[in-house]
Amino acid sequence: MAGHFEPLPDGGAAVALDEVEISILRSLAVQLMELIGPGEEGAEDEDPLAAIFNDGPSEPPSDPVLARLFPDAYGGPDLVPDDDVRAASAEFRRYTENDLRARKRDDALALVRALDSLSPGIDQGAVLRLKPDECRQWLGALNDLRLAIGTRLEVTDEEDGGELLRLPDTDPRKPMVMAYLWLGGLQETLVESLMG
Amino acid sequence: MGRVSVPVEIERPESSEAPFEVPEPDVPWVTIVHNDPVNLMSYVSYVFQTYFGYSKDKAHQLMLDVHHKGRAVVSSGSREEMERDVQAMHGYGLWATLQQDR
Repeated sequence: MAGHFEPLPDGGAAVALDEVEISILRSLAVQLMELIGPGEEGAEDEDPLAAIFNDGPSEPPSDPVLARLFPDAYGGPDLVPDDDVRAASAEFRRYTENDLRARKRDDALALVRALDSLSPGIDQGAVLRLKPDECRQWLGALNDLRLAIGTRLEVTDEEDGGELLRLPDTDPRKPMVMAYLWLGGLQETLVESLMG
Repeated sequence: MGRVSVPVEIERPESSEAPFEVPEPDVPWVTIVHNDPVNLMSYVSYVFQTYFGYSKDKAHQLMLDVHHKGRAVVSSGSREEMERDVQAMHGYGLWATLQQDR
């Protein structure tokens, strides 16, 4: 899967995608939207525990992916949080997390909509053309997808392009690693297309 | 003489005594971006240029600081401004926190 974006004269970008790639991208984006969830409204059908996290986002999400997408605003890796820091993070989260979730859902949805607008030919796939605004949303969505997969794969600096690349084909993580690397190529070339 | 005018202040409703906000010590706040094994270096530079309007060179240097030193101060100002910046960084998927620059 050697997808890469190229710049368009109008400031947008284009990429050729085959049917399998379109299907994988779409599926990943839909999964991400489901993970991010509907936010405050529509949580009634969830189990009570999930509803707590949706309704009162003053605590960091328990899911590692969501915790990475919606990190604490106070503290960080070099600081052991005291009560004040925790309280400040909780207040920030109450005021911002729903907006952040909405933004990330919108970005993922923009990706899905763009893919759904394609009508790939039987053999050759399709060329996706993004306007500048769509490029920005795609960048956000691609980054969120890589954060999600990277967190699930427990990617660390040492493993970057190293251990994960050398996984045997029989390793259950292999497909996810391939998707992760492919998304990285898409994002990298999309950034390059926008930066000129 | 003799007539003492009543100071206007005394007749003001009590709301004027309530401060608009809790006064904070005059120490600036900073936004810190932390290193992250997933985010692409080019993307981090892109975010610094796009959101903060930094030059390509400055954005690149800040990105290298994040990558090599584990963190970099990317902006400073009032607490409200830094909360806005941190929220924006989280929107882009960067790992950011704010703290007072003691």
